[in-house]
Amino acid sequence: MSRDTALVSADWAEKNLETPGIVFVEVDEDTTAYDGGHIPGAIKIDWKQDLQDPVRRDFVNQEQFSALLSERGISNDDTVILYGGNNNWFAAYAFWYFKLYGHESVKLLDGGRKKWELDARVYTKDVPSRAATSYSAKAPNLEIRAFRDEVVQAIGVKNLVDVRSPDEFAGRLLAPAHLPQEQSQRAGHIPTAISVPWSKAANEDGTFKSDEELAKIYGDAGLDGSKDTIAYCRIGERSSHTWFVLKELLGQENVKNYDGSWTEYGSLIGVPIALGDEPGKA
Amino acid sequence: MTSPAAANIAAGCAAPDQSAPLPASVDLQKETVITGIVNTAEGELVGGAYVRLLDASGEFTAEVVTSPEGVFRFFAAPGSWTLRALSRFGNGELAVDATRGVNEVALSVATV
Repeated sequence: MSRDTALVSADWAEKNLETPGIVFVEVDEDTTAYDGGHIPGAIKIDWKQDLQDPVRRDFVNQEQFSALLSERGISNDDTVILYGGNNNWFAAYAFWYFKLYGHESVKLLDGGRKKWELDARVYTKDVPSRAATSYSAKAPNLEIRAFRDEVVQAIGVKNLVDVRSPDEFAGRLLAPAHLPQEQSQRAGHIPTAISVPWSKAANEDGTFKSDEELAKIYGDAGLDGSKDTIAYCRIGERSSHTWFVLKELLGQENVKNYDGSWTEYGSLIGVPIALGDEPGKA
Repeated sequence: MTSPAAANIAAGCAAPDQSAPLPASVDLQKETVITGIVNTAEGELVGGAYVRLLDASGEFTAEVVTSPEGVFRFFAAPGSWTLRALSRFGNGELAVDATRGVNEVALSVATV
């Protein structure tokens, strides 16, 4: 649980593209990016097709995850290097997921696709073929996943970190500004949540800021290091990015990601909602 | 893909196809669309550039990747914004005063 164990640099990645036992995995919602060119040797995981249950509103279970990784040729003892677009949002989500299902060695490529592109590093369209394995996922570790009832109980008690943009937090927007704004659920935030947009944790090139900078950002925002923390966003991927920062880079204990996030909370009947730029009262 | 934006709302946070026509569901009486192209000083279109939308205080708001034709698009609100592009051909910046409807701009990148 530190920068050394959770993160690899683009330089390191470039030197280890063919190292046995290391599997590069691109994770995106829009996998046309992978199809148009990816890091040599990398396989792809589709956030929606591969990681979400096709029927229930939930992600794939232990058996489905085992089957997915077996089919993609990933072994329990492989080191998995995850990267993707959107400043590694979906890669961070997948990282959380690999941890949830107990994968031993998983790391994020710092900067993801963006840094790779800005550095003008090599892409390929060749899709590697990996022999199937018999992957065995562990039972889900719910110490890192928060559910709605727990979130409601955390109001005024635990650290709640809202990582959406300030306008989404305040209730002025329902979605990020690269999407049309029409949406049906209520706007606002969970009362007592502090607003620390995920982007505060990233440099312009998509890499994470230094541990010192990160500690200052969350400290200044009012995160109480003695309390447990739940991070949320709209659908749980941006908050995976912040979960990764708090848990894996800063080494905080008891940090959960609420993947139901605002799309669930903002549609619940009877729960409190705060509007405006302030956290609000419990 | 008749309505990529609508599909993406249901699915998550990834940006819709940046070059696709505006979906019919987008109401231009209400939406403030900031759209344009990224090009080099020589006028070549830059696909794969990262374009960020910064608010009036310089805070990050959103980011998209340009289409192969160099096109990007944001759904914002009326007011002052800054567009900043990063690419393997260099970076660029542009201030925009957006009004309701479609605001079209061109953003040039160059190595410093």
